[in-house]
Amino acid sequence: MATTDTIGGSPTAARPPVVWNSEEMAKRRKARYGADRRLQIYGMVAIAFALGFLAVLIGTLTFTGYRAFTQSMVTIDIDFSAAELNRDDLMDANWRTIFRQAVLDDVGELSRSEERDYFSMFTSSAPFLIRDQIIADPSILDGRATFMVPMSDPIDQLAKGLVNTDLPENQRRVNDKQVELFNQLKEKGAVTQPFNWALFLNADSRFPELAGLSGAISGSFWLLLVCFLISFPVGIAAAIYLEEFAPKNRFTDLIEININNLAAVPSVVFGLLGLAVFLGWFGLPRSAPLVGGMVLALMTLPTIIIVTRAALTSVPSSIREAALGIGASKHEAIFHHILPLSMPSIMTGTIIGLAQALGETAPLLLIGMNAFITSPPAGVLEASTALPTQIYIWADSPERGFVARTSAAILVLLGFLVLMNGIAIFLRQRFERRW
Amino acid sequence: MNIMTEAAVEQKVQAGLNEPAVKMKGESVDVHYGEKQALFGVNLDIRENQVTALIGPSGCGKSTFLRCLNRMNDTIDIARVSGKITLDGEDVYDPKIDVVELRARVGMVFQKPNPFPKSIYENVAYGPRIHGLTKNRAELDGIVESSLKKAALWNEVKDRLNESGTGLSGGQQQRLCIARAIAVSPEVILMDEPCSALDPIATAKVEELIDELRENYTIVIVTHSMQQAARVSQRTAMFHIGYLVEEGATEKMFTNPDDKRTQDYITGRFG
Ligand SMILES: Nc1ncnc2c1ncn2[C@@H]1O[C@H](COP(=O)(O)OP(=O)(O)O)[C@@H](O)[C@H]1O
Ligand SMILES: [Mg+2]
Repeated sequence: MATTDTIGGSPTAARPPVVWNSEEMAKRRKARYGADRRLQIYGMVAIAFALGFLAVLIGTLTFTGYRAFTQSMVTIDIDFSAAELNRDDLMDANWRTIFRQAVLDDVGELSRSEERDYFSMFTSSAPFLIRDQIIADPSILDGRATFMVPMSDPIDQLAKGLVNTDLPENQRRVNDKQVELFNQLKEKGAVTQPFNWALFLNADSRFPELAGLSGAISGSFWLLLVCFLISFPVGIAAAIYLEEFAPKNRFTDLIEININNLAAVPSVVFGLLGLAVFLGWFGLPRSAPLVGGMVLALMTLPTIIIVTRAALTSVPSSIREAALGIGASKHEAIFHHILPLSMPSIMTGTIIGLAQALGETAPLLLIGMNAFITSPPAGVLEASTALPTQIYIWADSPERGFVARTSAAILVLLGFLVLMNGIAIFLRQRFERRW
Repeated sequence: MNIMTEAAVEQKVQAGLNEPAVKMKGESVDVHYGEKQALFGVNLDIRENQVTALIGPSGCGKSTFLRCLNRMNDTIDIARVSGKITLDGEDVYDPKIDVVELRARVGMVFQKPNPFPKSIYENVAYGPRIHGLTKNRAELDGIVESSLKKAALWNEVKDRLNESGTGLSGGQQQRLCIARAIAVSPEVILMDEPCSALDPIATAKVEELIDELRENYTIVIVTHSMQQAARVSQRTAMFHIGYLVEEGATEKMFTNPDDKRTQDYITGRFG
C-alpha cells in the first residue's frame, strides 16, 4: 500500500478533523452518561423494591412473632411437709388437689365459680408438670419448693397487654374477676415472663402455652437425613454416569431432558406420587419421615444431578488428561481427581437443594405429615410433623396464642434456611476453585 | 545453523542405515474428527533412545499424531483413527491391548503444565501407586526422589514435598509433570509443545533435561520452535495440513531438506 493513513479505503483528507472538545461533543457525552445513570437508578429501585418486601415480611413476622418467644409463668410455692404423700406411689398422688390448694393460698376467699375461673388461669396440665418435676427429683418433697407454671393462653395474652379490658366483659376471654386475680398475683411478684424454652423443647400441644417445635424440628431433621442419604449418592451416581459414561444418543438425550423437567415439576405432584406409590403400593406408614424424606429426595434429585454435572464439567480437561496420560483408568480419573475437585460445588448445591426441601409443605401434607402429634419422633418410621407442616397446623388453630407461635415458627424455619444457605456460601468461598 | 558440506551430509545419511531400532511405527494413519479429516496416511518411525521432533505450521496435525501414539484420542468422542500404530511391533489399536498399560508405557507431557492440585509428592507418587509399582512407603519415597532428580527438580523442591504442585512456577510445574510421567517408568515419553508456556530460562532447563532423558527413554516432541527442534532432536518430521511432508535426520532436515515446503517453513517463509 502506498499510504498508511487510510481507514476503510477512504482517505483521511476527506474527513473534517474531529473536535473532541466542542460543545456538541460535550452534549453527546453528557447524554451517554445520563443513560448510564438512569440504568443504575432502575437497578437500585428494583433492589430497593425487593429488599423492601423482604423487610416488610421479616418485620411483620417479628412483630407478631416476638411475643411467642416469652411465656407468662406464675411462681407457686408448695409446702410439702403438710401434704400427705405416699412416696412410693408418686405417680398416682392427688396432684390436682395439691396444686389447687397451693394456688388458692395466694388469694383470698373465692366462690365456687370464681375458683373455676381462677384455676383456668393456669395451664390445665400444671399438676402433671409438678408431678414430673418431683418424680425426677423426689428430694424436692422435703419442705417447701417453688414451681414455675405456665399461665393459660388467655392470661398470657392479658399479661402481654393484648386483651382490651375496656371492652364489655362478655366480649373478651378474660373476665373481670380473672383480671383482678391476675393483678393480685402480679402485685405479689408471682408473674414473670421468661424466655419460652418450651417453644423449642416441647412438642405440639392443644394448649398454646405448652406447644413447641421440638417434634417439628426433629421431624424435619429425619426428613432431611433420609432425603440426603437417598438423593446425594443417587444424584452423584446418576450425574457421573450421564456425564462420563452414557453414550450420546437419543435415549440419553431424552433422559437428560426429563431430568431437567423433573426439577420444574410442582411439588404437590411429588406428594401425590408418594401417596400413591410409597403409601399405596409399598404400604409404608403414614406421616412417617421415611416417606416424606423419600418424596423430598425425588424433588432434590434433579437439583443434585444438575449441579453435579455442572461441577464435573467445570473441572478442566487437563486434569483428566493428566490422570489418563499416566495410565489411570477412567474410573480412577473420576474418583481420584475429578469428583474430589467438584465436591465443594456439589456440597454447595446439595445444601441449597436440602434447604429447598426443608421448606417444602405440599407433598408433606399429602402424605399426612400434618397430623397432631404430641411427642417428637424417635426414628424415621414414627409419625411426625415437620417445620412447614407445623406452621400450617398452627396457622389453622383458633387459639390466640397460636397466632404468635405461627410467626415464631416461621422465624425459626427462616433461621434454619439462613443457616443452611450460610453454610453453602461458606463452603463456596472457602473451597471452590476458580480454574 | 551450521552449514554442512555435501560430504558430511552424505556421511550422515550413510550413518542412518545403522540407526537404532524402531520403537513405535505409524503406518498409513488417518484421523477424522467427525467429518473432518485431520491426518492423511502418515507413515512415521519413532526410533529407540532418540528424540523425534514433530514440526509444522499450526493445525497441521502434530498433536493429533502424537495423541494417536498413546490413544489419548480415545477421550475425544468424535475422533476416529484408522491405519496401524505399533509399539514394539504390537498394534496399539488392537482391541486386546489394554489402554491403561499402553499409557503407562507411553507417557505424556502436555502443552500447558497440568499438575494435580495436590502435593508435589502426591503428584509424582500417584502413577506408581495406581499401578502398584511399590511394596512399601520407602520404595515409593525412592521412586519419588529419583523421578524428581531425573526431572532436575529435586534440589528445588526437596524441602517442600508436601506443598501443592500448583504453587510452583510454570517451568517447575512442567518439570514436575515430566517427573510424574517418568515415575511410572515409561518406555516412550510424548511431549506436546512442553515449553510453549515457559520462559526462556525454564525452556533451557527442560531442553537440557530432554537431552539427558534420551539415554533411557524414547522421546517424541512437538515443537513450534525450529531452534528447539534443532537443539534437542536427532530426527525431525515435518507435517503440513494433515500430511507428513518429510522425515529424516535433524541435521539433514535443517540443512538440506528434500521438500520445498520444509525449506520454506524452516526458513520462516510460512507457519
Ligand atoms: N478435538 C478436536 N475436535 C475437532 N477437531 C480437532 C480436534 N483437535 C484437533 N482438531 C483439528 O484437527 C486439525 C489438527 O489439529 P492439531 O493436531 O491440534 O494440530 P497441531 O497440533 O499441529 O497444531 C486441526 O484442523 C484442528 O482443528
Ligand atoms: Mg498442537
